[in-house]
Amino acid sequence: MDRPHLETLTIEPQMAFGSIKNVSKIFSAGELLSRSAEPVVALDDASFDFEQGQLVSLLGPSGCGKTTLLRIVAGLIPKTSGSVVIGDHEVVEPLGDYGFVFQSPSLMPWRTVIDNVLFPMEILKRNNKAARQRAGELLELVGLSGFVGARPHQLSGGMQQRVALCRALIHAPQLLLMDEPFGALDELTRMEMNDLLLRIRRETGASVLFVTHSISEAIYLSDKVIVFSRRPARVAQEIPIDLPYPRSQRTRFTPAFTQAERIASEALGVLPPVDEKGTPS
Amino acid sequence: MMSRLVAQIGYPLAGVAFILAAWVFVCWAGNLPTVVLPTPDKVFYAFIARFDLLVSEGWVTLKETLYGFLLALVIGLPMAVAVANSRPLNLMFYPLLIGLQSVPKVALAPIVLVWLGTGMESKLAIVWLVAFFPIIVDTVAGLRSTPRELLELADSLRASRLQIFLKVQFPAALPFVITGAKVAITLAVIGAVIGEFVGSSEGLGFLLLSATSQLDTPLAFAALFALSVLGMFVYLLVELAERLAAPWLPPPSQRH
Repeated sequence: MDRPHLETLTIEPQMAFGSIKNVSKIFSAGELLSRSAEPVVALDDASFDFEQGQLVSLLGPSGCGKTTLLRIVAGLIPKTSGSVVIGDHEVVEPLGDYGFVFQSPSLMPWRTVIDNVLFPMEILKRNNKAARQRAGELLELVGLSGFVGARPHQLSGGMQQRVALCRALIHAPQLLLMDEPFGALDELTRMEMNDLLLRIRRETGASVLFVTHSISEAIYLSDKVIVFSRRPARVAQEIPIDLPYPRSQRTRFTPAFTQAERIASEALGVLPPVDEKGTPS
Repeated sequence: MMSRLVAQIGYPLAGVAFILAAWVFVCWAGNLPTVVLPTPDKVFYAFIARFDLLVSEGWVTLKETLYGFLLALVIGLPMAVAVANSRPLNLMFYPLLIGLQSVPKVALAPIVLVWLGTGMESKLAIVWLVAFFPIIVDTVAGLRSTPRELLELADSLRASRLQIFLKVQFPAALPFVITGAKVAITLAVIGAVIGEFVGSSEGLGFLLLSATSQLDTPLAFAALFALSVLGMFVYLLVELAERLAAPWLPPPSQRH
């Protein structure tokens, strides 16, 4: 890198780590499984930024296009218009540097737990001794060190999802994409997983885009919540969450948490707006 | 523990005993001549007395079955991979394969015999014909039903097509391949026997046919019994291969 280039870089304003600008996605007729005759607008002019190390939740009703946005950010499907920049890269195809967690654990039944975790390292051809050690450490972090050689079908749903989380983190990705990862779990397991995710973030400093339709989960986990409207998904509101870290289940009962929940509920349209005197309008 | 032993061994044995008793009763009550329905002891005697013959003819049928089945695997699997991964090939051949599956392949046996003669080649061809379709159709179905999440995961890591095939698509399809192979091996035995019926000078099918034409019904029954043993043996071979290739699948008795 030569000096003038460096200087121009320092003059430029601080760029966000991730920048989604005016992204729209229109599925043409026949492109979707539903085979609708009309083109479907899944995403309409979505824009937001996020910083390195932030967890940003994409909150909205089911099937509103949040998942579509996540797949666009991952480079898995093309966008119709707009731009997605992660790090220094305009995303047009997968960067190979993401961790992915889906709603279902999606483990490979033919692999043991640790070999499932190591799958990304095999694809990236970095499956060495250090990788195995890191896999062991990650499994210990999620409390599964006793299940290294087990097969996925021997684990409960929550345990499988923890393995999936380790698989998403093994290659130390610059961005973690999570698509309603705890949506299929029962409430108590879900709270445990929320705390686990907060701890993992503290220890790895990972940046996370987190799709959910649970208001309280979004607020509990996030530095920022992006609320989407019904399809076609538009960004209805950006809500910064200033709850202090470390957060615990007690955080859910603080006034600031309730306040954030109220704002998010209003943005989602599940609460009727109130006027200045506090009476429903 | 004791009751499980009774359930697993006692009841099946009781079932066999019941069938044998019914068999003996029909022979006795109907006063049937041996040439129509021999009693179980005569069949058993024929089985022991002609054991060498049954083994040597069984060996021929076993070879026809296994070679034809392996041929179906060796040709069917690569073709399934090609059809599942290439859109033009898929559009060209998949409907054709589904359609051909419903053709009664054994009906082709006389024609195959005209083409290939009465030796081993015609038997291999007939076994191949009946075993090939379940293998290729099930394998294609398996290769095309890879979980979408696993493909996206591999894509997000920029996996090569070869990596995706070897590490995701094929292992995910393996249970389908095994299901196809189990159907195929059962059909393969039938194919071999039909081939021997239509034109042959050896094999258990030939033995069965010649024994009935000589009114040696006990031997025909003994050959039938040998064929059942052969059928179970080759099926168990496939199950053994399944245990080796996919030890992660739950044992067959625990499925469903």
